[in-house]
Amino acid sequence: MNHNYQKDISGCGLTGLISKKKNRLSGSHIVKSLCLMNDRGNGLGAGYAAYGIYPEFKDFYAFHIMYDEPSVRWTVEEYLKSNYHLEKIEEIPTFPVKAISISPLLVRYFMKPLKDKLVGDIQEADFVVNTVMKVNSEIEGAYIFSSGKNMGAFKGVGNPCDIAEFFRIEDYEGYIWTAHTRFPTNTPGWWGGAHPFTLLDWSIVHNGEISSYGINKRYLEMYGYKLTLLTDTEVAAYLLDLLIRRHGLDIPTACLALAAPFWKNIDNKDEDEREALTALRQAYGSALLNGPFSILFGHSKGLVGINDRIKLRPLVAAIKDDITYMASEESAIRAICPTPEKVWAPRAGEAVIVNLED
Amino acid sequence: MFEIDAKGSYYRDLNNKVRDAISKGEKEITLKNINGQYYIGDGLREKVSIIIEGVPGNDLAAFMDGPTIRIKSNAQDNIGNTMNSGKVIIEGNAGDVLGYGMRGGKLHVRGDVGYRVGIHMKGDKKQAPTIVVGGTAGDFFGEYMAGGLLILLGLDENDPRPIVGDYLGTGMHGGMIFIRGEVDEKLCGAEVGIMDPDADDLKVLKAALTDYCNDLGLNLDEIMKKSFKKLIPVSLRPYGNLYAY
Repeated sequence: MNHNYQKDISGCGLTGLISKKKNRLSGSHIVKSLCLMNDRGNGLGAGYAAYGIYPEFKDFYAFHIMYDEPSVRWTVEEYLKSNYHLEKIEEIPTFPVKAISISPLLVRYFMKPLKDKLVGDIQEADFVVNTVMKVNSEIEGAYIFSSGKNMGAFKGVGNPCDIAEFFRIEDYEGYIWTAHTRFPTNTPGWWGGAHPFTLLDWSIVHNGEISSYGINKRYLEMYGYKLTLLTDTEVAAYLLDLLIRRHGLDIPTACLALAAPFWKNIDNKDEDEREALTALRQAYGSALLNGPFSILFGHSKGLVGINDRIKLRPLVAAIKDDITYMASEESAIRAICPTPEKVWAPRAGEAVIVNLED
Repeated sequence: MFEIDAKGSYYRDLNNKVRDAISKGEKEITLKNINGQYYIGDGLREKVSIIIEGVPGNDLAAFMDGPTIRIKSNAQDNIGNTMNSGKVIIEGNAGDVLGYGMRGGKLHVRGDVGYRVGIHMKGDKKQAPTIVVGGTAGDFFGEYMAGGLLILLGLDENDPRPIVGDYLGTGMHGGMIFIRGEVDEKLCGAEVGIMDPDADDLKVLKAALTDYCNDLGLNLDEIMKKSFKKLIPVSLRPYGNLYAY
């Protein structure tokens, strides 16, 4: 594997935007925003996630798969073919970039589970999740980067501009974009460890360090998730899938589980709220994300930004027309939106939730 | 007046240009089209004036010892780290961790500030730093404060948010905080005492605010119409027994 073990001081930068009216914007905007924060990363990981990029295949799951070992492609495809209808297979278009001398084989698939494989009461989404977990944990050298519909993650080891050029990010048009430049602190800088982390339609970019990784990991494993990407952020993507899709929490409630208020603040609430928050913390104690973080998560219906309960990482938001921007630095927003109508720094643990209009 | 167009400049090139200009004797420098360039004014020791148009990047005025910087918009995080003398005037909002370990000079912010403002600020009889904030502040305002002066005004009466966040002055063991309006003692650490300012305190407060109002075109009398609370450490070693018993 392309692991490049590093330990260095912390950084990371993230940026994201959403057009509520679903206007599809070229990736060039988010690239410009992220590249302004180039120095927050150290070239050991950058990536982009975009929603609305595959309208012609919007009913198919778009799998982006990275093959560290090209020969395992056939093993994976045998497995996929026996479980899915594959509408289209193609290598993800890439462009040679000087700074990226080594890259894995990157292939994308538009596919649907075969009807006769959905036996019993298994949901289609669960079937897809099982596939992702199986491939990532059992097939050495193959990693599914993204598995949602009409969305995709593009990531690798390199600086934001190089990764953007490599994947030709500006050629894609999406109505939600997130992006990340990485400064790996205590986990390897490798292609699978770059952000965004995704599962189904969930995608996460994260600045910080999830010190509750061990607890979160064991909790997720009880529900069949397999943590294979050697990076703390992976737990956040799977926790969203568990809490929101499988347990049916709404997004504000899920945010309260991930960045729960402190007990002393819960104690000061009125009785109803105190009981609700107590129940939530008790039920989801193992889903609590501890440690410093600011996170953006994209999903099929919107974009959410949230940071930890004592704000140990930066997050700034801004609005202009139907677009909401969120980034680690205000200047990264102003690089693409010089005169926002409103700019603010969300308070600790206070989620910024933006939904697409119907 | 010397102008530098910073559009698209990398921070290192920009800061070299600023240093070059200063070494050639420029006293007033305007930086135009700034967006996100880090480390502006860091370590500068000359008595120069720098005007910034646009949002400067993080770590502005770190270790600064003399210049006056005026930022005509919002600013980002980590301004005035270990600053020794000089002044930074911010006409908009500023981010987190302002004046970390600051030991002299002034930060005047017209708008809101983020978290951990004035953390580890220090001062002695010879010199002490001052931070004045016109809007609201987040949690950990004056955390581990060891000296100097922190003033929080909450001038925007329409802002629904509380003037200050939780953990106010936690670990404070020196210096003084003035907050305009009332302070909820539940927000403070055990080592913090809340009291009414006496005549000497008001002199200190007014002196600091006179300079602040001059810089930002505000009316001192209007600001003083509302009463202030003074926060100081009342226990020198509040956690002295934490690991002893």
